Amino acid sequence: MKFLASVIISALLSYALGLFLPWWSVMIVGLLVGYFIPQKRFFSLLAVFLGVSFFWGLFAFYISNANDHILASRVAELVIKKNYPILLMLTTALIGGISAGMAAFTGRSLAILLKKQ
Amino acid sequence: MKYVIFTVSLLINAALVYVLGTREVLPIPLGEFLSVQEGIWQNAESADHDFSENVALKDLNGEVNVYLDERLVPHIFAEDENDAYYVQGFLHAKFRLWQMEFQTFAAAGRLSEFVGDKAIQFDRNQRRMGMVYAAESALYAMEQDDSTKAALDAYTKGVNAYISTLDKADLPIEYKLLGYMPEKWSNFKSALFTKQMTYTLAGYDKDFEYTHALKLLGEENFQLLYPEIADSLYPVIAKGTPYTQPLAELVPPANADSVYFKRNDTIHIAQEFKPNPSNGSNNWAVSGSRTQSGKPILSNDPHLSLSLPSIWFEIQLHTKAFNSYGVSFPGLPGVVIGFNDSIAFGFTNAGRDVKDYYEIKFKDASKSAYWFNGEWKNAEQRIENIKVKGSNNLLDTVAYTVFGPVMYDKSFKNELTAEKAYALRWVAHDTSNILKMWLLLNRAKNYDDYHHAIGYFNVPGQNMIFASHSGDFALWQQAAFPLRWKGQGLFVMPGYDSSYMWKGFIPKEENPHAVNPTSGYVSSANQRPADSTYPYFIPGSYEVYRAITINKKLDGMVNITADDMKALQNNNYNVFAELARPLLSKYVHRDQLNADESKYLQIVESWNLQNDPNEKGVTAFHAWWDSLYNNIFMDDLHQTSQPLVRPEKFVLLEALTKDSAFRFIDNRNTAQQEDLAMQVTSALKKATIKLNELASADKLEWAKFKNTTVYHLLKISTLPFARAGIMNGGGNGIVNATQHDHGPSWRMVIEITQPIRAFAVYPGGQSGNPGSKFYDNFIDTWAKGEYYTLFYMHKEDVNADQVKWKMSFNPVL
Repeated sequence: MKFLASVIISALLSYALGLFLPWWSVMIVGLLVGYFIPQKRFFSLLAVFLGVSFFWGLFAFYISNANDHILASRVAELVIKKNYPILLMLTTALIGGISAGMAAFTGRSLAILLKKQ
Repeated sequence: MKYVIFTVSLLINAALVYVLGTREVLPIPLGEFLSVQEGIWQNAESADHDFSENVALKDLNGEVNVYLDERLVPHIFAEDENDAYYVQGFLHAKFRLWQMEFQTFAAAGRLSEFVGDKAIQFDRNQRRMGMVYAAESALYAMEQDDSTKAALDAYTKGVNAYISTLDKADLPIEYKLLGYMPEKWSNFKSALFTKQMTYTLAGYDKDFEYTHALKLLGEENFQLLYPEIADSLYPVIAKGTPYTQPLAELVPPANADSVYFKRNDTIHIAQEFKPNPSNGSNNWAVSGSRTQSGKPILSNDPHLSLSLPSIWFEIQLHTKAFNSYGVSFPGLPGVVIGFNDSIAFGFTNAGRDVKDYYEIKFKDASKSAYWFNGEWKNAEQRIENIKVKGSNNLLDTVAYTVFGPVMYDKSFKNELTAEKAYALRWVAHDTSNILKMWLLLNRAKNYDDYHHAIGYFNVPGQNMIFASHSGDFALWQQAAFPLRWKGQGLFVMPGYDSSYMWKGFIPKEENPHAVNPTSGYVSSANQRPADSTYPYFIPGSYEVYRAITINKKLDGMVNITADDMKALQNNNYNVFAELARPLLSKYVHRDQLNADESKYLQIVESWNLQNDPNEKGVTAFHAWWDSLYNNIFMDDLHQTSQPLVRPEKFVLLEALTKDSAFRFIDNRNTAQQEDLAMQVTSALKKATIKLNELASADKLEWAKFKNTTVYHLLKISTLPFARAGIMNGGGNGIVNATQHDHGPSWRMVIEITQPIRAFAVYPGGQSGNPGSKFYDNFIDTWAKGEYYTLFYMHKEDVNADQVKWKMSFNPVL
């Protein structure tokens, strides 16, 4: 339950913060979710990773699909040297997810550290 | 342990921010770059994007409505013309902001600011050429004139109004790639743009190369390899046209022979940057007496580097005073090539030499005084401050002389002969308000208005073509062209003697022109404007062959329609090959050829002389001819390490046609005496090796060999933003001048009937965004030689089917 909540909250919160903060706001999301929702550190990481990856990946897909993948094809070729838009979306999801997930791990670690003292 | 875990994970987080959020580790910060809410995904424009919107603008005089058609061409309807320029600025920025800024950064020598030290030489070159100085002169002239200043002010406001709406997510993708933010626009940036265009079209020079060549070859051979006029010249102004004789003949200074024509010292200059000498165009206008409709037809296609975003942006400006349509330059107000209700106008490049170098002797290393007319004269010092990304600013001191900036000196490109320095005299530095010409042409109604308008234009020299609904048609080669004695400015000139300075300018009324000639047409294709009876010395870089095809075709046409003109713009006939092939056929030793060589000979001989996409003959012919050219000239030209310009291809063709014992035929590096037949045969053998390689790579067909490519402005570094492998014909010297990455950047045919029938296309799209379907959507139409029928909109058309979106601009209350 906490796990699922973490997934959903991190997806929603990263959308909300992203409206007015730069990309690293997903790390704030990770820190907050990690800190306040008690679960195993690794689950915290995984939940936030999944939540933010879903949000970034699906949002990228939604935008790209409406664009007939014109931009994604070009940028995929530029950045990953392969004309596969889907790879660019997966990269996007991964980068958002790892940044936020690692932050969640840190947030949880901090919570554990402070609680035991 | 908990401490360790926390600390390690915190460090990993910090590392992620560093790697994904900066450019220190990866070339692009992937976190920011791929962020769905601020990164590149925000540049992916929805295929059914709705461009309709309401915009409130400060200082707008009245309501302005913009109707966007299905090709995203804006049709601006404003009462007040400055409001139209205001909104034009807004729209240029909306669709082309990065390009506008990039071009002016390049003009100003500021690329190092965002690409780092690899652009330092480029930036220094721009600054030392006096680009910024030239733009300051232009701005001064433009702002002295009230109506030009008002237009520029309005335009600048429009660009800035758009920029102020931008947040990070909205930035064009190139800013996200390179990592910088747009600056405010200014009238000065528009002035810089005019100078970038001037550099592109009137920035080519060969003074140093000619100086080297003269020394290497001697005067007689120099004349042979670099003749003033081609035998096959078909001048812009028909042969036999009488010219007014100047009041006095200009004579060289008394010492010219010893200090100018026969100098024997060495100059060490390596010029790294030059505009493409293929920058040129075709235009022609045919009289109503030759057309089916009875009204003139005007055609124009400017040949430039093909780029995405395109140099051109299509637009219509409808105001109380005029209703103009055509292409504009993102960076300037008004329509640059186009038409209105009464007239059409277009341009080709004159190619005249308006750029000379003078050798300067400084008193000392401070560059503060130079020897001039028997005394030390003070040189002004201009300190150029070049910002360099990731490193310290670079300060570059440029001395200014009576001629202009000292471009080359000890500190720049001239390390070997440090005591010598070279000042640049260039018409682009003189004050002139060239924008006024375009603002006046947009509203011109007849020949007199056109003639008045073009009088304001000083540089880059153009063949300005005109036709009107009332039936007039005309062509003026117009600009400020220096008055020179014969031979002046071909070579580097002494800078200590005022008698080597230009003697003023050719009176504008004596510039070559034709108004309603009896031939029933006027045309130009970058060839020499006049034959040898023109009484002024007019060196330049002139094309020969396109003009021959165009004039011959036009001579034979009656009942001309717009379709005939489109076909002519797409004509692939190779007149050079028509003249050169018989020579190859005649001299080749057929009995000395192997099977492959005979096969290519047969391909060349059976070729239909069309540079069509699937022809192998054109590839084979050019490989053969180029080998022959190298066989004949390269041994002679490689005697020096100094840069030389290659003699034009007409030089070899005409020399060999006249004289099969042309003195350069023998290869000076071999003991035996080669004759023409030997060279032609050996050239085919060499070409065969190359052609066999091409054949095995399946690149023998002309279009595959040529591989027409429209590059993004950042060239190879953004290759996925380019369109490569466009399978079309054409080539250098062909009316359809499409080369690998250069060619017709806008094809336009205007039938000045009532209503006007207009057809055009350009190899790009209205949007500069690689994430838009309007980025490159015209390219396929262009490649096929097809045209769009332009929607020349009038007030009653607001509900027409072509109108897809409407933008309303209202004054802020």
